[in-house]
Amino acid sequence: MADTLLHIAACIALVSVMLAFIRLVKGPSTADRAVALDTMTIISISLIVFIAAVTKRLIYYDVAMVYALISFIGVVAVARYIERGL
Amino acid sequence: MELAGAVLTLAGSVFLFLGALGLLRMPDIYNRMQAGTKATTLGSILFLTGLALYQWGSGSVQKTAVLILFIVFTNPLSSHTLARASHAVGIPLTGRSAIDRLADSGKNT
Repeated sequence: MADTLLHIAACIALVSVMLAFIRLVKGPSTADRAVALDTMTIISISLIVFIAAVTKRLIYYDVAMVYALISFIGVVAVARYIERGL
Repeated sequence: MELAGAVLTLAGSVFLFLGALGLLRMPDIYNRMQAGTKATTLGSILFLTGLALYQWGSGSVQKTAVLILFIVFTNPLSSHTLARASHAVGIPLTGRSAIDRLADSGKNT
């Protein structure tokens, strides 16, 4: 029961990654694409933690943490680039 | 405990889905940003808490807490920086928005 619910949740998260990816492709401006990438990253962090919970390997939590850190720095760098150039 | 964690994870995934849907359907970048950031923050908090409850007692609670804290701190910060930058370069609001106090105050150059 709990496993089934968990897998349904992971499928819904995967569909939302795809929706955010459509915005990443369509987005008219650079900032739209940066927002879509940020959203995709956060959903992916949830999916990585899901994989860590299913396979019972704690090392994936560190992977998720590093991924969050890199995504944050990347988005801030893109924002500075949009505002005043490189 | 496992079932409660699974239900919480499912609720979080619904929030993640609504955030992504809002990201796709909202009319301009500022609305997209608030859909794609706020709903996704709540969704990931619920998702991670549910997974921590699901495998209660396996030493993952501390790491989940650090991850949730990190997301809560950094996600609004990056969204704010991005919104400020896109307002500064003059990306227009949607036609249905009523007021733009940041442009009225003249502080964001």
